Amino acid sequence: MAKAVALKAFNVIGRDDFWRGALSIAVFLVFWEIGSRSHALFGVAFPWVSQIPAPSAVLRELVILVQEPSFWMSALLSTLRVFEGFFAAMVIGIPLGLAMAVSRTFYGITFPVFEVLRPIPPLAWVPASIIFWPTQELSIAFVTFLGAFFTIVINVIGGAQAIDVRYFQAARSMGSSTWDIFRRIILPATLPSIVVGATVGVGITWAVVVAAEMISGGGSAGSMGGAAGGGLGFFIWNSYVGGSYTQIVAGMISIGIAGYISSAVLRKVGKWVTPWLSEG
Amino acid sequence: MSLHPAATRDYPAVSTQPIRKGGVRIADVVKAYGTKEAGILAVDHCTFDVPPGEITVVVGPSGCGKTTLLNAIAGFHSISAGTIHLDDELLCGPQRLKAPPGPDRIVVFQNGALFPWKTNIENVTFGPIMQGALSRAEAYDKARHMMADAGLRGIEHNYPGEISSGVRRRVEIVRALMNDPKILLLDEPYRALDSLTKSVMHEALLEIFYKNRVTIFFITHDLEEAIFLGHRVVIMTTRPCRPKKILDIDIPHPRDYSVLTTKRFRELMDETAAAVHEEAIKAFAAGEKER
Repeated sequence: MAKAVALKAFNVIGRDDFWRGALSIAVFLVFWEIGSRSHALFGVAFPWVSQIPAPSAVLRELVILVQEPSFWMSALLSTLRVFEGFFAAMVIGIPLGLAMAVSRTFYGITFPVFEVLRPIPPLAWVPASIIFWPTQELSIAFVTFLGAFFTIVINVIGGAQAIDVRYFQAARSMGSSTWDIFRRIILPATLPSIVVGATVGVGITWAVVVAAEMISGGGSAGSMGGAAGGGLGFFIWNSYVGGSYTQIVAGMISIGIAGYISSAVLRKVGKWVTPWLSEG
Repeated sequence: MSLHPAATRDYPAVSTQPIRKGGVRIADVVKAYGTKEAGILAVDHCTFDVPPGEITVVVGPSGCGKTTLLNAIAGFHSISAGTIHLDDELLCGPQRLKAPPGPDRIVVFQNGALFPWKTNIENVTFGPIMQGALSRAEAYDKARHMMADAGLRGIEHNYPGEISSGVRRRVEIVRALMNDPKILLLDEPYRALDSLTKSVMHEALLEIFYKNRVTIFFITHDLEEAIFLGHRVVIMTTRPCRPKKILDIDIPHPRDYSVLTTKRFRELMDETAAAVHEEAIKAFAAGEKER
């Protein structure tokens, strides 16, 4: 099994979709490069793209950045906040969603409150959160938590409520206790929805953490005046204030890559915990 | 070797297993949904016997209330009046309208209810392990034997999603048998299968029956299937459902597909087709849709 997985990872390079993906990114970069050099190349500045630093310039900036510990501190800080918020959302969201799905009473009590709070965008919580929580760090983590929390809970409820009643009947007939049914039917049957909720949730978490860092001024590190120590969101904001456009784009790309890695890791974990869903 | 078609198959003529219990007596059962004023009568004073160690097939139009009876025996739903006995034990009656579900009555569902997140052998061993009837090792051992017996060797560690629907149904029957049930309740188990697969499944079911002699309560709307499989065929009226005609099929067991072309089989079809057709028309007129 592990061998097969390792082999698959190697085979990726030989597959058509790998080359298709590589080609699509290459074409995108070429157009971007041409677009941002349009004034020099054609004498006409293309709207919008010509204002953006060229990918070659961004790449040079990135090469410099990756050698700076403060850049990695920023990335690490944001990753930690994403992880904290996401982890808390899973730990609280999954049991809450399951409880809401299995108990009609609990559902009746909690769902109205949940539904009123859910449409509030996580960023609308930022000012309140800064007031509630003793440290900036906690307020950013809390807002990050909210980003993933509602998505996870909604998915868990949906997944658990959609379980076919025949599974319960079959399990009951075969002598399962209520606890057995929870552990061996409800939990595994809900896992695919948990995976979906987590994968979507982690994407929202990245969106939220960056915005929260910008608004709150980079958390404790930012308020202490660390120019690039306040997370990637603060790094971008700081670059904007400092007028370094290549750094802005480099920061954006770092976030894109970080978000992609998070989703990819979750998809892998998701596949691993739901082996029955993969073909063959 | 006899020239009788059945003798060409290697079924034991007499089962080596003792005839199990598992007779069900349905007496004056009524099931109404909704309120007294604006309710629907699904089952109307239904009385018939499911003899132990035999296959009883209940035939009726879709939505006629057959499944209601099955759910009452299985303990999934309550009845409104009447009694249902399993051997000498009262399953449900006026004092207790809903029987508790139990491993002595296992349902094989219409679209199958193998747990997709468990491998086939994990599904098959689920019952005995849950009940604590067997240790894990014993259950796996028994499961491997029973699966091999049913022609299911080599798919033990596949997931149900990886095998064909016909094979899935067989795994589900083995999962049911692992509980040593007194009666198997089959709710149109082959409905979703194509007719070729269906014919293979019928013979496979008979083979399993001849080996185990477990009482079978089989629901279908397919008359040919009913007469081919059943010792006894109960033709139901459309909603509210009650027996319209009870037939004891005198084609000797063991049977195989060659009986379909015999004169007796055609006669029995002719005898019953009119009755079933009449109910189908009534059901159609009443607006019962194919589910």
